[in-house]
Amino acid sequence: MHEHDVIVVGAGGAGLRAAIAADEEGADVAMVTKLHPVRSHTGAAEGGINAALRDGDDWELHAYDTMKGSDYLGDAPAIETLAQDAPEEVIQLEHWGMPFSREDDGRVSQRPFGGLSFPRTTYAGAETGHHLLHTMYEQVVKRGIRVYDEFYVSRLAVTDHDDPENRVCHGCAAYDIKSGEIVGFRARNGVILATGGDGQVYDHTTNAVANTGDGPAMAYRAGVPVEDMEFVQFHPTTLPSTGVLISEGVRGEGGILYNSEGERFMFEHGYANNAGELASRDVVSRAELTEVNEGRGINDEYVYLDMRHLGEERIYDRLENIIHLAEDFEGVNPVVEPMPVKPGQHYHMGGIETSEHGETCITGLYAAGECACASVHGSNRLGGNALPELIVFGARAGHHAAGRDLGEAQVPTGPSAATEPEDGLDTPVEPGALDASDEDVAADGALVEPAEVVDYAVESERQRVEDMLERDGTNHAEIREDLQKAMTENVNVFREEESLKQALEVIKECRERYQNVAVSDPSRTFNTDLIHTIETRNLIDIAETIALGALARDEFRGAHWRRAHQERKDDEWLKHTMISWNDGKPKLYYKPVVLEGEEKEYEPKVRSY
Amino acid sequence: MSTQIQEPETETESEETSEHQQQRLADKRERADMRERAEADLSDADETVRIKVFRYDPEVEGKKDPRFDTFEVPFYKGMTVLDSLIYARDHFDSSLTFRHSCRQAICGSDALFVNGRQQLGCKTQMVDLEWPVRIEPLPHAEVVKDLVVDMEHFYDQMEAVEPYFQTNELPSGEEQRQTRENREKVKMSTRCIWCSACMSSCNIAAGDNEYLGPAAINKAYRFAMDEREGAEMKEHRLNIIEQEHGVWRCQTQFSCTEVCPKDIPLTEHIQELKREAVKSNLKFW
Repeated sequence: MHEHDVIVVGAGGAGLRAAIAADEEGADVAMVTKLHPVRSHTGAAEGGINAALRDGDDWELHAYDTMKGSDYLGDAPAIETLAQDAPEEVIQLEHWGMPFSREDDGRVSQRPFGGLSFPRTTYAGAETGHHLLHTMYEQVVKRGIRVYDEFYVSRLAVTDHDDPENRVCHGCAAYDIKSGEIVGFRARNGVILATGGDGQVYDHTTNAVANTGDGPAMAYRAGVPVEDMEFVQFHPTTLPSTGVLISEGVRGEGGILYNSEGERFMFEHGYANNAGELASRDVVSRAELTEVNEGRGINDEYVYLDMRHLGEERIYDRLENIIHLAEDFEGVNPVVEPMPVKPGQHYHMGGIETSEHGETCITGLYAAGECACASVHGSNRLGGNALPELIVFGARAGHHAAGRDLGEAQVPTGPSAATEPEDGLDTPVEPGALDASDEDVAADGALVEPAEVVDYAVESERQRVEDMLERDGTNHAEIREDLQKAMTENVNVFREEESLKQALEVIKECRERYQNVAVSDPSRTFNTDLIHTIETRNLIDIAETIALGALARDEFRGAHWRRAHQERKDDEWLKHTMISWNDGKPKLYYKPVVLEGEEKEYEPKVRSY
Repeated sequence: MSTQIQEPETETESEETSEHQQQRLADKRERADMRERAEADLSDADETVRIKVFRYDPEVEGKKDPRFDTFEVPFYKGMTVLDSLIYARDHFDSSLTFRHSCRQAICGSDALFVNGRQQLGCKTQMVDLEWPVRIEPLPHAEVVKDLVVDMEHFYDQMEAVEPYFQTNELPSGEEQRQTRENREKVKMSTRCIWCSACMSSCNIAAGDNEYLGPAAINKAYRFAMDEREGAEMKEHRLNIIEQEHGVWRCQTQFSCTEVCPKDIPLTEHIQELKREAVKSNLKFW
């Protein structure tokens, strides 16, 4: 068993920042990660990092834009923290050597982005995430922080108290991918989950193949509620054949969207008369699909994004990476022809419920980054707000887990923050485990000694893996493919009651088939068949929470559109959807949105662009 | 104190950069045209492509002796080498093992030896290759299983050049200044995704295990040329790459530059560091 003060699970942007912060506090930190840190999906982020750095801008404007962009489903204390900490964190990155794009006076450049009232998106070409990831990994190397790479964490080691709020996390169990051993990791102070996105729930996504929602699924099954899972962001500009992302920076620099009639539809069809292409992502995604559905798409599938008029020089200076992506993955040279684009799954606003300090309701368990939901994005994330979230909340989780007192959290967490249960949701099938007795559910608080808790997690995981290796049965790939298709068809940009129910039925079928899943590769060495099989279970659990949350929320807010409910219902729905895993069954309840900031209360307004 | 020696930042240099870019784009256009022609040749709707994939597993009977397995996978327009491997794994043999994640040429995990050349599986189009396509693990690295190689040595070499920004003087509360020209100068070097294709293609690295290799030297270049680190640090960095197994081992064969999936002019960077090192030494004589 390996033992450290702080264990960070995942080594993308949030994980690296958390590890550096914990190291700064003097803690003995280790990162346990399924990919080598530089392989993390943060590297694929293109556009930039929002931070109020310049005269004429301030954190309050950033907070206001974020609150509005969230469609008033963000929690003000978390959003204000994001806006307040971002400038210092971005300067910190620059001081670590990050190669930001520069102005003539040598200062870092900033550009306009969708939904922002000031051009506050700091960037490094159209490969900001790559530079962010590498710059932070360099700092991890410099500090000599221990990295266990290619170790797949598949289970948290949590005490078995009946009430999740009494449970303590003492570490985790991980599969050493190279040797095939299941290894225990004990964390003396805390475990920080920073496992990133879960886009593999869908079949057309900008996300990496490794983004399978491992963190949220593990935390959920250990008793931490997941929050606002119905809010999935679809990015309006992804390449049709692969889902590769074309940065919002293209529109930020002046790129134009048009349909098969050659119309600049954002204006001509009145989707966003002021902001046009730079309206927020949910607005643009719906506009594109509406064009396609009304017969004005190209090949009934996509629209065009045109940046030719920007001129070669500007394109090379600020968006060169886009030329390579369009060429290599779509065979289009965007300097001389428009790029085909369509919406694709991009980001999950929902995730593991945390306070603004990164704490979950389980003592010693933290989460940060895309896998977490400190609730800064609400129902729709603004472009350029994912990277500041990584560094701000990664740092806070790292400091807190290593012992720094961050004061009392303003955002309440855990089942005791519930205000009302959801009862009466009409689901076509019983969601959750098929046989609750199979699930490792809480017992009586007998298992509390740290080392024992970790040993128990390792033993349970070893048993699960052996069972899958020994039996004959279904291959995970078949189940995963059906799950992804069902989600794309039924829980996409446009949502209807019937299709959401259809998705829940397919998810249930996937669960049934998964009971019989088997790993056919008998090898212990680098068994990717086994990893993908474990991941597929996580995808099933995550997909179910998305579909359940979406079915329950009968209103139209941010990224969540319902055909029969074309309005935001503030009286009824100014609240977060919470789902917790109780005795193997998902249970829905709600908690109120915190609109009260440090000095002012944010008043919900109509969102127009 | 010595002063920092800077390559003159002239118009010609930025013109050169732009020429590079133009050249890269022209190459891409040419590849796209070839691709279209090749795809036109493959007009049969039920076309398949055969891939011959290297297989080895140290602990499984029957796979301990390395061999090639042939898979016949359906071909479609836009199909990449990675797509073909994923198809073969998901439909024919789930034990087929390879690294991959972002499938958009930024995570650097799927560098493979395809038809005798180091390439990223995700950005190599099947139509650009001679069929059947032969897929092997990167040469000059220990094979862990099938197409997966041990990357430890590569990582060790990367870490040997102190791959992190170091400076003593930082402005408080605001960013350091950096000229656009200087940022442009280091830009290509910062694009490295650690795929290790260059290291695998380098004859010198194959024969000298201690040679830092193109990627690590490029990493040193990235910092040595960054004006924000200052003159003293630059001397320190030049000392690191001047060691016995550093820049002087490079024999300018350009294989690293040829295979780099991010178009980094690696050989040029190594040559430039050699020049800088000479100039820096001359100062003290």
